[in-house]
Amino acid sequence: MRRIRIAAILFLAVVGATCLMANLVAPDSYAHQFRDIPDATPSLHHLLGTDDLGRDRFSRLLYGTRVSLLLAPAAALLSSLLAALLGGAAGFVGGWLERCVMAVTDLFLAMPWLFLLITVRALLPLNVSPLVSVAITFALLGCLGWAAAARVVCADARALCGSNFVLLARASGASGFHLLWRHLIPNLTPILYAQFWISIPVFILTEANLGILGLGVAEPLPSWGGLLRELESFSSLSAQPWKFAPLILLIVTVSCFHIAVRKQEAWA
Amino acid sequence: MKENLIRAVLLFTVLAAGLGVSAQSGSQLRFCIRADPKTLNPLLVDDEPSETVRYLTGGVLLRLNRSTQQLEPELATAWRVSRDGRSISFTLRQNVWFSDGTPFSAGDVAFTMERLMDPSLHSPTGDSFRSGEGKVITKVTGKDQITIVFPKPIAGLDTLFDQVAIMSARSPRKEMAVLGPYYLADYKAGSYLLFNRNPNYWKHDSAGRQLPYIDSVRIDIEPNRDIELLRFMRGEIDFINSLDAEDYDRLAAQAPHTAVDAEVSLDAEQMWFNEVPESPLPAYKKAWFASADFRQAISESIHRQDLARVVFRGHAQPAVSWISPANKFWFDAGLAPQTFDRKAALQTLARDGFHLQNGTLRDRDGHAVEFSVITNAGNEYRERMAAMIQQDLADIGIRLNVVTLDFPSLIARITRTFDYEACLLGFVNNDLDPDSQMSVWLSSGENHAWNPAQKVPATAWEARIDALMRTQALTLDRNRRKQAVDQVQEIVRQQEPMIYLVNQDAMAAVSARLRNVHVVVLRPQVYWNIDQLAIGNRGAR
Repeated sequence: MRRIRIAAILFLAVVGATCLMANLVAPDSYAHQFRDIPDATPSLHHLLGTDDLGRDRFSRLLYGTRVSLLLAPAAALLSSLLAALLGGAAGFVGGWLERCVMAVTDLFLAMPWLFLLITVRALLPLNVSPLVSVAITFALLGCLGWAAAARVVCADARALCGSNFVLLARASGASGFHLLWRHLIPNLTPILYAQFWISIPVFILTEANLGILGLGVAEPLPSWGGLLRELESFSSLSAQPWKFAPLILLIVTVSCFHIAVRKQEAWA
Repeated sequence: MKENLIRAVLLFTVLAAGLGVSAQSGSQLRFCIRADPKTLNPLLVDDEPSETVRYLTGGVLLRLNRSTQQLEPELATAWRVSRDGRSISFTLRQNVWFSDGTPFSAGDVAFTMERLMDPSLHSPTGDSFRSGEGKVITKVTGKDQITIVFPKPIAGLDTLFDQVAIMSARSPRKEMAVLGPYYLADYKAGSYLLFNRNPNYWKHDSAGRQLPYIDSVRIDIEPNRDIELLRFMRGEIDFINSLDAEDYDRLAAQAPHTAVDAEVSLDAEQMWFNEVPESPLPAYKKAWFASADFRQAISESIHRQDLARVVFRGHAQPAVSWISPANKFWFDAGLAPQTFDRKAALQTLARDGFHLQNGTLRDRDGHAVEFSVITNAGNEYRERMAAMIQQDLADIGIRLNVVTLDFPSLIARITRTFDYEACLLGFVNNDLDPDSQMSVWLSSGENHAWNPAQKVPATAWEARIDALMRTQALTLDRNRRKQAVDQVQEIVRQQEPMIYLVNQDAMAAVSARLRNVHVVVLRPQVYWNIDQLAIGNRGAR
C-alpha cells in the first residue's frame, strides 16, 4: 500500500511539474488554430491530434491540467478555511451561533449546487478575461463548497470543547483565545487537512461538469471540463480513442488524490 | 388420427401464409422526434413536435410545395385573393370525408377560421392572420364556396393557409377527426406516437391508387441525437430529418448512400451589437457599436469561409443577407458577399479614429477595443464560431471575450436588462415570406434585436427600412414587394446591424428502403411529401 501511495504522489508530482512548465513543454500555444487541419489524427507534431478548431490537443491538455490542478487546490483551501472559520466558531461558541451556522449549512447542503452555480455565474460581469473567468469559477466553487466540511469541523470542535483537557484548561483559568489557539486549532488541523484533500477531486469534477454544460472556463483557455466536452459525441469515439486522453488523466489524477488522501484521513 | 394430423398441418400452413401476407401489407415508417408534442390541437401548434403531428394529420386548403416553393391546391381546388388583399375566396373539393367519416364542407372551413381567430384561444397560427382591429368574416356562398374577409390587407395571404389544418364542425371526435393522410391512433407520452393511414384520405396517385402508400407511421420520442443516429444505423428508424455536420460526415463515411446534403437551408447564424441607448454600457462603447464603420470593419475581419469550412465541416456557406439563398424568390442575388479583408477593416476603423498601438486597437480617446460576445451554452457550433471570431479579431488588435450563458439568462439580457455588448445566435426560419420577419425589421418590433421596441426610429436607415417593410406588407404585387425587400436587404448589407455569418446546409439521413424521397431545405425536409413516400417497392415510382 505504501508503494502505491508513493507512486501516486510521484505521479501527481510529475503531472504537476509538467503542467507548471507547460510553456516549455507544450509544442504550440493552446489557443493557436491550425485551421487547415481541424480534427487531425495524432502525428509527430500533434501528439494527440488537433481539436475541432485545429488547436493542438496535447498543448491544450497540458495547459488545461495546469488550470484545473492549480485552481482546484486553491478552491479547496478557500472552502476549508471557510469551514474552519464557520464550523470552528459554531462548535466553540455553541448556542445561537451554532444554531444559525448549522441552519445556513443545511441550506447550502440542500441547495442544488449545479443550478446555483449556473445562476451565480450568469450574474457575473461579462467583460472579464478568460483567466479571471476561471478564477471566478473556482472561487465560486470554494465559496459554495464549505458546508459539508463545516458540519464535520463543528461537531469535532463541540466534542473538543467537552473533552477533559479543555475542561481542565478552562478550570485553570485559560482565556478563550488561549483555548482556541493552544487546544482547539491544533486538534482540528488533521480534520481540516483531510477535508482539504477530499475537496480537490470534488472541485475538479464539478468544474468538469460545468465545462460539459459549456459553463466552465471561457474560450480559449482550456480546462479539464472543456476538454472532456469532446467526449459528448460518444458514437464517434471508437474511431478516435486518443480523445480519451483527458478522461484517463482525470481518472488517474483523481485516483491518485484519493490514494494520497487516505493517508491524510488516517492522520485525522 | 392421420387425417387429423393432415388437417392440423394444413391449418398451420394456411395460418402461417395468412400471417405472412398481413405482415407484408402492414408497412410502417419509423422516425424520431426530440420531445413530446405540446399540443394535439392543430390551431395551437407552436413547437416542432406538434408541427410534425399537424403535418401528418392536418388537411389544408393550400399546400406550399416544399420542393418548388409554389402553392398547390389541396382541399381547395381554386382560390382567388381580392385586389385589396383583404379577402380570399376558395372553391372546395367535393366528396371529401374526415377520417371518422364526417363529410367535409365549407362550414368546416368557416368553423376552423372562427376558432382560429378567437382571441381567447391565443392561436400562434391565428396571430399571423391578425392584420388589424376588427372581426374576420366568413361568408359561405355555397356547399363548396367560401370567402374569408379580413379587416386589413394581408401580404402573402394565400401562403398562410399552408398552416391551417381544417377541423370538423360536426364530428364528435373534434380535432381527432382529420383530413390529412394519417390519423393519430395511439400516443404514449414520452415514448411514441402511432399514426394509421386515413381510410378516407382524398388523394390518389396517377394510377388511381389511394394515398398514402405507407400504412402506419411510428414516431419515437428520442431526445438524444447520438442514440437516434445509432438507431438509424441499426435500421430501427427510416430517416433522420435533420443531421448536424459531424453526424453527416460520420454517416457519409460509413453508409454514403444514406447521407443527404440538400444544400443551404433557410437558417442563419448571426451576431449583433447592443445599440440600445439606455443599456448600462459605457458611452464610448455605445459610440463604437452605433458606428456603421465599426460594424462593417468587424464584419470584414471575420473569415466566414473558415467558419463554414472548419465549424460546419463545409456544410454551410457564408451568409450574405437576412434572407437565405435557399429562399429562391426573395433572396437578392445581386448582393455582393462580404469579403474577408483585414487591411480594409483597419482602414475602415481608421475613418472613425481607431488605431493600432503595440498590437492593440484603440479608439481616438485611447480606450483599448475589447468587448464580450454572449451565446447560449451547450451549442457547440456557436461556441466554436465565437472562438474563431475571437482569433480573427485578435489579428486586428481587438480582444473578444466569449461568454456562454444558459438560455434563460441570455434571453433576459438581450430582451430585458440589455446588459450585454454583442450576441451570437441563430434564427430558425420556417417561412419563406419576408412578412414573417416584420417584428425583426420594424424599429418598433420586439425582435428588432439590436435596439428593440423603438418609439421613433433611432436612425434614418431604420426609418427607411420601416417604410419599405410596411410598403411590401401592403403591396399585393409580388414583384413590387420583391423590389422593396431587395432594398431592405441592401440597407442591411451596408449598415450591418446584424452581421450574418453562415447559412447551414439542410442535411438528412434516409434509409435505402424508403422510396420517392426527395430531401428539400424547407421543413419537414424528408417527409414533406409523406403521402407519396413508400417502403420497398410498394408504390415506388
